[in-house]
Amino acid sequence: MIEIKNLDKSFGNKAVLKNINILFEDGKTNLIIGQSGSGKTVLMKCIVGLLEPTSGEILYDGVNFINLDKRAKKKLRIKMGMIFQSAALFDSMSVMENVMFPLNMFSNDTFRDKVKRAMFCLDRVNLLNARDKFPGEISGGMQKRVAIARAIALNPKYLFCDEPNSGLDPKTSLVIDKLIHDITVEYNMTTIINTHDMNSVMGIGDNILYIYEGNAEWTGTKDEIIQSENTLLNDFVFASDLFKKIKEYETKKVDY
Amino acid sequence: MYKGLSMVGRYILLMKRTFSRPERMRMFFKSYVKEIEQLGVNSIGIVLLISFFIGAVITIQIKLNIESAWMPRWTVGYVTREILLLEFSSAIMCLILAGKVGSNIASEIGTMRVTQQIDALEIMGVNPASYLILPKITAMLTVIPALVVFSIVAGIVGAFATCWFGGIMTATDLEYGLQYGFVESFIWTGIVKSLFFAFIIASVSAFFGYSVEGGSTDVGKASTDSVVCSSVLILFADLILTKLIMG
Repeated sequence: MIEIKNLDKSFGNKAVLKNINILFEDGKTNLIIGQSGSGKTVLMKCIVGLLEPTSGEILYDGVNFINLDKRAKKKLRIKMGMIFQSAALFDSMSVMENVMFPLNMFSNDTFRDKVKRAMFCLDRVNLLNARDKFPGEISGGMQKRVAIARAIALNPKYLFCDEPNSGLDPKTSLVIDKLIHDITVEYNMTTIINTHDMNSVMGIGDNILYIYEGNAEWTGTKDEIIQSENTLLNDFVFASDLFKKIKEYETKKVDY
Repeated sequence: MYKGLSMVGRYILLMKRTFSRPERMRMFFKSYVKEIEQLGVNSIGIVLLISFFIGAVITIQIKLNIESAWMPRWTVGYVTREILLLEFSSAIMCLILAGKVGSNIASEIGTMRVTQQIDALEIMGVNPASYLILPKITAMLTVIPALVVFSIVAGIVGAFATCWFGGIMTATDLEYGLQYGFVESFIWTGIVKSLFFAFIIASVSAFFGYSVEGGSTDVGKASTDSVVCSSVLILFADLILTKLIMG
């Protein structure tokens, strides 16, 4: 479980995050949504420790990440897995080597066990056949799946995904969403996903945080989002005609 | 002024992070061997080629411009040797390598930065500075002395080639000059200087790559800046080291 308490982040005089309070639960896919420039990525970077917050607390199962020393931070980081917007695979390494990398760095298992684990992770994302290929030789969707396999190689307790569906077609996005959701439930991980994709919101949004101009404007679930009367949230989520119609339909259904 | 000082400060902090114990020694040695191949072995060709031609050109220039009836016949060989040992094979060769190897290091690390590969390492709990930069610095410190020796040999072969194929003077005169008043420590001077230059090339280029912010244009700019900065620092270090070592 990850809890954010009174989190502020400013760059110079510009306040990017203002007093964010939220609880991200285990075994659930927690989504952070918001317009471009609203502070989603900054919040994610603060949570994973790539940026230092101006004030506030980030509690990983009750332990404040900000106050930890270097060694303790490193120990905690081994329990984190992250999927980047660009997949961020090491392009000098093959798919198999990418998945093996965290194991080679931190696992004390035998080489045979590491290979077995890497094969299992690749099998989990249906990419066993691509193990000898290099990131440049596979599609964007496959790269994202390799990134998922690499992220789960060390059995992480916390999984972070920064716009995992960006640049992918709707069908592949669904595959990625389902994979992330299934893994989250299977390993009871605390998963935080930063996304713009409304299909993801409606599909796997167990817990949703809507950020507007650095403020935590709304929190709820995918079912609650339909009924929400928050104008800012509705303007963002139901911007497209399709989602507007879905909202109208769902609202009418409830009225009956 | 403030920008320059801030850059020096960031460079020192990066070096502090770089010189920390690698997470896994086995992974470090794997990267170290790979870097030796990429930065050193792959540079042997260009070092031999340039040194051969420069050795030949130095010999021809000295023969044409310095030698006269008043100068001993060994002058050409003597001056060629001193130029190769003291300056060309260490300083000038490292300036050339700053262009080849330095831009390679800066663009490789810079690309890793903009494609979030460095962030990925950081989040995994790996020290990216130590994992990426330390093998490059140690590999450069290992291969540069060998490249200096190769450069000296290729330069001398180039000088002899002008005698054998160009017939500008006899090989015996050149050989006599090359051996005349030979001071062994000059070879060590070149090697010691090259170690400092190797550190400058690897660390400065890595710093520029590591500090990239933005996209591909910024990677290109960092690559160019790294070559300019390491070249200037090599020249500056050459001046100081020459004064310190040669008196």
